[in-house]
Amino acid sequence: MKSPLVAFTSGLLFSVGLVISGMVRPAKIIAFLDFGGRWDPSLAFVMAAGVAVLIVAARLAPRLPMLSSDGIDGQLVGGAVLFGLGWGLAGYCPGPAVVAFATGQRNALWFFPSMILGMAIYRAIAGRYRDETGAAAVDSASA
Amino acid sequence: MKEAALGGLLIGLGAAMMLVLHGRIAGIAGILGGIVRPTRGDLSWRVAFILGMVAGGVGLYLYRPAWFEAGITRSPLILVGAGLLVGVGTRLANGCTSGHGLCGVARFSSRSLVATGVFMAVAAAVVFLVNHVLGGAL
Repeated sequence: MKSPLVAFTSGLLFSVGLVISGMVRPAKIIAFLDFGGRWDPSLAFVMAAGVAVLIVAARLAPRLPMLSSDGIDGQLVGGAVLFGLGWGLAGYCPGPAVVAFATGQRNALWFFPSMILGMAIYRAIAGRYRDETGAAAVDSASA
Repeated sequence: MKEAALGGLLIGLGAAMMLVLHGRIAGIAGILGGIVRPTRGDLSWRVAFILGMVAGGVGLYLYRPAWFEAGITRSPLILVGAGLLVGVGTRLANGCTSGHGLCGVARFSSRSLVATGVFMAVAAAVVFLVNHVLGGAL
């Protein structure tokens, strides 16, 4: 059932979940990551609930995108390190950044365009484009 | 913790819809990456998803703007640097907290489990440095 309405509704549910759980507030994210301080476990509950739903969904899904055949390589780990650095500094990851930017939060007004710029820089430098959202699985299946 | 669990449920539901009905991973970094570098025929669902996110966010902002307060101050330089790091890093790692941390973990992908562990640990180390060594201001 491919329709823009499905994608739109999915995005809507996703962002409502982000906002209700406080994940669009960097202070809450940093409080979770602050294991040495007054720890806020909220993100753990958010992710646990999200993963639980998705474990069920993965069993129900008629077609799952192929998992990457790349091993655990330097790109994966290096990328995760860079991502962790940025996330720890600003308290934003891509999803919350979209929502915060769209609602005009001052920190996101600097962060979000820079994130997009970073993605564009990656695209310019990396010869090969990898897509983990499922399109690559379709393309490579039909190649 | 009720809000956290409820929010997580909705996030999971949104991602689950994409997985079950579209066969797509709701990894925001990947969705944005596919807009930054679009492939023909693969753009409209990404834009629709992001628009849905915006609609949800804006709607709730009009209802409860307090839910959006950042709660921290960071200099523009740090925010720009952090954004660049997240932009490059998520593309290099081919995922983010939703792509790897939720969807990948739910599929027991070893790549996602490793990536999630790494970015969580690194982010925690950064926060420790900022909050307990540098005095919390950046």
